[in-house]
Amino acid sequence: MAVIDDTVTEHVVPHHAEEPSGFYRWLTSTDHKVIGKNYLYTSLAFFFIAGLMAVLIRTQLFSPNNHFVSPQTYNELFTIHGSMMLYLFAGPFAFGGVANYIIPLQIGAPDMAFPRLNSLSYWLFLTGGITMLLGFLTASGAAAFGWVAYAPLSEATNSPGAGPDLWIVSVALVGFSGIFTAVNLVTTIMYLRAPGLTMFRMPIFTWNMLVTGILILISFPVLTAALILLYADRHFGTHIFTVAGGGVPVLWQNLFWFFGHPEVYILALPYFGMVTEVIPVFSRKPVFGYKGLVFATLAIAGLSTGVWAHHMFTTGTVLLPFFSALSLLIAVPTGIKIYTWVATMWKGSLDFKTPLTFSIGFIVAFTMGGITGVMLAAPPIDFYTHDTYFVVAHFHQVLFGSAVLAGFAGLYYWYPKLTGRMYREGLGKLHFWLIFIGFNVTFLPQYVVGLRGMPRRIAEYAASDGFTFLNRVSTVGAYITAIGFLVFIWNMWISWRRPIPAGDNPWDGHTLEWGTSSPPPSHNFHSLPPIRSQRPVWDANHPEHADYLRPPEPSRFSSRRDEAVVDR
Amino acid sequence: MKTEFRVYTGIGIFILVMLLVYFFWSGDGGNSILLFATVGLGLLPGAYLGWWSRRMEPRPEDREVVEPGGVADQLGAFPTHSIWPFVLGVGVFLTALAFVFGIWTAVVGLSFCFSAALWGTLSSRRGGLI
Ligand code: HEM
Ligand SMILES: [Cu+2]
Repeated sequence: MAVIDDTVTEHVVPHHAEEPSGFYRWLTSTDHKVIGKNYLYTSLAFFFIAGLMAVLIRTQLFSPNNHFVSPQTYNELFTIHGSMMLYLFAGPFAFGGVANYIIPLQIGAPDMAFPRLNSLSYWLFLTGGITMLLGFLTASGAAAFGWVAYAPLSEATNSPGAGPDLWIVSVALVGFSGIFTAVNLVTTIMYLRAPGLTMFRMPIFTWNMLVTGILILISFPVLTAALILLYADRHFGTHIFTVAGGGVPVLWQNLFWFFGHPEVYILALPYFGMVTEVIPVFSRKPVFGYKGLVFATLAIAGLSTGVWAHHMFTTGTVLLPFFSALSLLIAVPTGIKIYTWVATMWKGSLDFKTPLTFSIGFIVAFTMGGITGVMLAAPPIDFYTHDTYFVVAHFHQVLFGSAVLAGFAGLYYWYPKLTGRMYREGLGKLHFWLIFIGFNVTFLPQYVVGLRGMPRRIAEYAASDGFTFLNRVSTVGAYITAIGFLVFIWNMWISWRRPIPAGDNPWDGHTLEWGTSSPPPSHNFHSLPPIRSQRPVWDANHPEHADYLRPPEPSRFSSRRDEAVVDR
Repeated sequence: MKTEFRVYTGIGIFILVMLLVYFFWSGDGGNSILLFATVGLGLLPGAYLGWWSRRMEPRPEDREVVEPGGVADQLGAFPTHSIWPFVLGVGVFLTALAFVFGIWTAVVGLSFCFSAALWGTLSSRRGGLI
């Protein structure tokens, strides 16, 4: 970039052998940018497959007593839909795709700390994903016990056959892939930051990925262990989760949700980070309450390890007030985040480009889903709504809100960085409105139908139940959402075939990834701007408004940074 | 080192608080002992890292003010490509499939794993260039 010339550090590009090209490059590259893109394409492919299953599910529910698919197929569809969306899309898209590509750039590193481990993560992810889909090819069909695989339903007597085993192996492979990626991310963020990029100068996305990485390391191994126990029950004659041999089925739920609730934040924190990058850039302001956001992220991470049993209120085996209180507490740091996003936009000069539009859509959807989450955290309400469509609506609002709305905010935001090209703005907006409307039409009625008593995970309902109209509305919403994604594919296609060059820094970005070319060269940087604040690239491009010239923000968490800034 | 110290000690202290709340609220001894052990998993490495952090200079990335020059060349060597992660990935995949389809896939899979482990290690000893 021409604007950045007072260079502090010269990266000495490590000398390396000839790089291969074409297919062999795709197969062997250990460059985080190639692997990150592989992750993005693969996870989006899984997203579309799982989305197609959602359309089939909604088609089945369009009419009472419908026979579009058989009940067995229906169970397989919602199981693999949920499993793919959570294990193969929402997580890998965030930490294998976006974070893998962006984090080294944001912290001025030449690559991830362990490039070959990074590559191994991708292959385990890809093969694990294929393993999950293989279930449909087996004689007895794919797994049909939901993405949570509750025992005793998941035991050999109730779920015989190869499909469930494939599911177990698949989740274990993808779990290892996630653990390796987390090791890589944490190490990279701790040790490969550019000189001067102290912890409290890291972009919020980087902060969130650090905390996500630690959460992964805390929770994923528990799931892997539980899967091994389940496999032992199914094949080695143990009775860990079966009453018959003296086991305890509810132990599975404890183990699963000890992973599962941190997991929902593992799937949310990266996306919080993405919108926290987008909103300041398109408001042309620094992020409001930086340290508050860091604190909120840490608090969410801590609390999320102590609330798992709110998924088990109705089992009668958990300490209701403890888990209810901790769950309610999570709303506080989450609320702080929503507040800082709004405050960042407040009085900013907003530029309603596609990434910002998606981010605002995320805030709306996530706030609604968060509020119903707080409702569900109260046991009296949960007793009434547990296992109804009310819960389905809750978690789709938070998950679709984060993984899809915020995820695509991030994708559109970094698309010029990844490709050097610009997407079509009009198509991006159309994509947004179709999926935002479609998604609300799909899920808002589900709150109502849930309160009227419609249980989740049923293939058919009767006409006399009075669920028909709301289900029809919901199905139409799903179709609108699906059309929205066709617009997205068209946008990608047309931007690829008839490229519009974007330049290196089309958004006037703040953080280091915008201080290199688009797409970045091998090993990322030829030179780095000096890092004296949280926004080095902004400082370099707007020296008269540089952050390090401003008086430090008064803060209770005041650190040495503030004094150092005053010195200069 | 300060950061590592804070991460481990932070986790240790958090679990300690949870342990106290949980123990006095539920009176459940078994789980409390496990939580107590977990506190150790946080505090022991935390104390070690804290001990070290007071004995070493902050690393360049932890310094507020960096003098121009003098920090280049520290980035080390990064491999650009290697076939062994792919071989290892396929090996692990085939080995894992043995849990579904029977032992024969593991025979192929494990041979992939061993060759990848062997050649991958040798190639990194040659400077990470393969
Ligand atoms: C304000 C914060 C939140 C609270 C208090 C909360 C509370 C709850 C509760 C109590 C349940 C159990 C309902 C039941 O099964 O009866 C639940 C379910 C669920 N929540 Fe949340 N939630 C929050 C945020 C989130 C977030 C951020 C995500 C994901 C990004 C999420 C994803 C889920 C999922 C996937 C389920 C359903 C799991 C299943 O049974 O299949 N929640 N939530
Ligand atoms: Cu939860």
